[in-house]
Amino acid sequence: MLSSQIKSNEIVFGSCNKDLLEEIIFYGIVLGADFVEIFIENTDNSSVLAEEDFITSVSPSFGRGAGIRIFKEKKDGFVSTNDLTKHGLMRSVSQAIEMLDITDNKKGEAFNGLNKHRDYSLSKKKWINEVPSIHEISEKLLVSTKSLKKNNKILTRKGSYSRNLQEVIIASSDGTYVSDIRLHQTVGLNVIASDAQYRSSGSRRFGSSGMPNEFRLWDHEKAANDVFESSMNMLYADYVEAGQMPVVLANKFGGVIFHEACGHLLETTQIERGTTPFENKLNEKIAHESLTAIDEGISEGSFGSLSVDDEGMEPEKSVLIKNGILKKFISDRAGELRTGHKRTGSGRRQNYSFAAASRMRNTYIAKGEHSKEDLINSISDGLYCKSMGGGSVGATGQFNFAVEEGYLIKNGKLTNPVKGATLIGEAKEVMPKISMCGNDLELAPGFCGSISGSVNVTVGQPHIKVDSITVGGR
Amino acid sequence: MNSREITTKISKAADLLNLKKWDYGASFSNDYSVQVDKGEAKQLKASQKQILTLRVWNESNLVGITTTSDISESGIKKALNQANIASDFGNKNERTEFSPLAKDPINVKDAKKRNPVGIKKLLTLLRKAEVKLLESHESIKSVPYNGLSESFYERVYANSDGAFRSYTKSQAALYLYARAEEENKKPRSSGSVKIGYGVEDIDIESCIKDASNKTISHLNYSSIKTDKYLICFSPESFLTIINSFSSMFNARSILDGVSLSNKNSIGEKLSTEALNIYDDGLHEKNISSSPFDGEGTPTKRLCLINKGRIENFIHSESTARIFKTIPTGHAGLGSKVSVSPDWIVVEKSEENFDLKTSLDHSTYEGEFVYIEELNAIHAGVRSSQGSFSLPFDGWLFKNGTKISIESATVAGDIKYLLKNIVNIESNQEVTTSGISPHIWVDELSITGDA
Repeated sequence: MLSSQIKSNEIVFGSCNKDLLEEIIFYGIVLGADFVEIFIENTDNSSVLAEEDFITSVSPSFGRGAGIRIFKEKKDGFVSTNDLTKHGLMRSVSQAIEMLDITDNKKGEAFNGLNKHRDYSLSKKKWINEVPSIHEISEKLLVSTKSLKKNNKILTRKGSYSRNLQEVIIASSDGTYVSDIRLHQTVGLNVIASDAQYRSSGSRRFGSSGMPNEFRLWDHEKAANDVFESSMNMLYADYVEAGQMPVVLANKFGGVIFHEACGHLLETTQIERGTTPFENKLNEKIAHESLTAIDEGISEGSFGSLSVDDEGMEPEKSVLIKNGILKKFISDRAGELRTGHKRTGSGRRQNYSFAAASRMRNTYIAKGEHSKEDLINSISDGLYCKSMGGGSVGATGQFNFAVEEGYLIKNGKLTNPVKGATLIGEAKEVMPKISMCGNDLELAPGFCGSISGSVNVTVGQPHIKVDSITVGGR
Repeated sequence: MNSREITTKISKAADLLNLKKWDYGASFSNDYSVQVDKGEAKQLKASQKQILTLRVWNESNLVGITTTSDISESGIKKALNQANIASDFGNKNERTEFSPLAKDPINVKDAKKRNPVGIKKLLTLLRKAEVKLLESHESIKSVPYNGLSESFYERVYANSDGAFRSYTKSQAALYLYARAEEENKKPRSSGSVKIGYGVEDIDIESCIKDASNKTISHLNYSSIKTDKYLICFSPESFLTIINSFSSMFNARSILDGVSLSNKNSIGEKLSTEALNIYDDGLHEKNISSSPFDGEGTPTKRLCLINKGRIENFIHSESTARIFKTIPTGHAGLGSKVSVSPDWIVVEKSEENFDLKTSLDHSTYEGEFVYIEELNAIHAGVRSSQGSFSLPFDGWLFKNGTKISIESATVAGDIKYLLKNIVNIESNQEVTTSGISPHIWVDELSITGDA
């Protein structure tokens, strides 16, 4: 008796919540909403930090909450709460209705109940028992930081791990009723090297989704060698001289430039704001014909992959640009409603306290036919960007990206390492200058911060050549 | 459940689990915000949030921590259990204790807490602001980024030694970011942010005017030649630089080897003797002030640079113990306690005889670059190396004319920058992140159109 009472009056993860969810959605529709969506989550996260040869931080966290979104015509009201009782959720619906100033309670759309439950979590419930324990994580992180201790120029060594396990229930008035469990693990290594007045740093990050065993398989020796080598190469590097020059961007994380400079401009949120230069360019040439770009959420294990997006739609593979022609925008429910571009399974949010928005997943430039050497050999005087740092894109499309590890190219050969380089440009001006794509496409995990919070993504590309770009330096 | 009740619940649950030593920090908030699009409501948001961070000490006096949004009785028990398990991995090499100042009196300002005006009022005000901004100039075609919000929150710190402190506050914020377009020219954008204790404290007219003036002032733009320039940093941009390199004053960063300073840097000359820098979280203009930090230590004014020399570092309980001093009220609450500045105040010291006082941003007629706002801080600052390369919004002043700089970066080294300050103007300006006058620096590299 007590158990059934609890079930009918509060969301319980792992149980059937259909009746309660239908009641809440029906309540919103009766009050006049065109559309009601409920997103509920339960999280179980852990992070561990190793510094030098010690574990210096272990931080578990857990929580739960709900985000309720109501649409009326093209506007929406969003309320988030930690209260998962029937009373709390109903109160949130009322609050959203009141915010939208919905007073006519007869014009709401019909609600015919929730569809059959699509449960993507069934095979994933065991993940929590399969992920490495804190003890196991700590042991491996300490071995990793020890691997970074390769000479006396290494000043600091750090290894960090974080695991996010998110259980979600998504229900909406179009009948969507979905459950899923998402698992993301990420591990990073970084060092600072120092010798007299010289300083450099090196870092690498790795990540996966839905693969509980992945951290155990992570090749920490290779990662440590990469990080060490990068910091040593850059320790005595001179500052790069500023100028316009051709550049070759390395594969993997080099794709961050496409993600930031172009990918965001292909999200429907940018069309809604009128801040993308590509708004009316569908089926027009916006890039060099050698460039094809894709956004998808389906590559197994990739950091940006999903079984289902945060609006209950399975992700699709979207060819954004094909041979230089703009083919598609990245769209969510609000994007479809406000811009007419069909949803692509890209409605994503950091957690229950954000409304979903159109966001990238695994976004990359497709591989071409050239070798890395072809690209470098084609340049007499330029820059090779082996490792990119972060960057930003301004409201009018200008981007700036820091080059973490760069080398001058002279007469088709890599020469001296250089530091302090920044790539500066505008997507619509640079895209037609990507003239050569390599055949070595690789992906790299990252976090993307935007309107709906920080979400896991993958960036990627093969080596690419940009014929001319402004390189900031000193 | 109020904060006293939560403290009692934690205390009882800890007793049951035989946990003798614990502390916690919590925040409870209600937030409301609106966005508009061409006169229509776009998104209206409300959120109720609670976050509880619990630390427990085990029998070996090692600390474990857990954070949760579940403050039910079962949630609190689970959090204590998890923290206890995590304490097995507590850092043996750097012990954490309660702050010795966690029971000292705190300086709770007149909080000026406001009442909510409600979503409808927020929407009405923002709609009007958007319309006025659009009407302020024919080139302003949209306000793509806008928002008006109000927040009401309570922060609490308590520990098993009987410390308990809390405060409640309200805060409101308005941002307007306009986009201007002219034929055959690139679109230009700029904006303004205003904050206050409540919506009624926000000067909406001035936010509209600032956003409009800034945006329009960038319409006449040109590229800039790559070269070294005399630079005038706006108060906001100079504070951005100082905050980006605050690891120079941060004891945690020093211990972690990621600061340009070391334990012996107190007294080191960093800049002209004319420069003083304070951290003053309780400053009357700091809307976001907090009377205590994550460990319950009272917030206070602290001199970081006195006449060009490092005077103090900012500390948590553990870094203060290692440096044989007292905590300064700059700690977070974590497994590894972070340390960060609150509210930077930059001023001209009495030793200002070497300054070139003819350099005044409103009267100087020679050539210089005015940096209004620095961008992409997370990507362009290498705080452990001291270098920066940052895109900025600003103007080139030359031959009595002012022209917006199309797209450029400023690059340099923080120690070089501080040593090459050639003037500190007299008038301090209040910004959202602190107070500073305009600061002039000679010979910084700017990359524009090569």
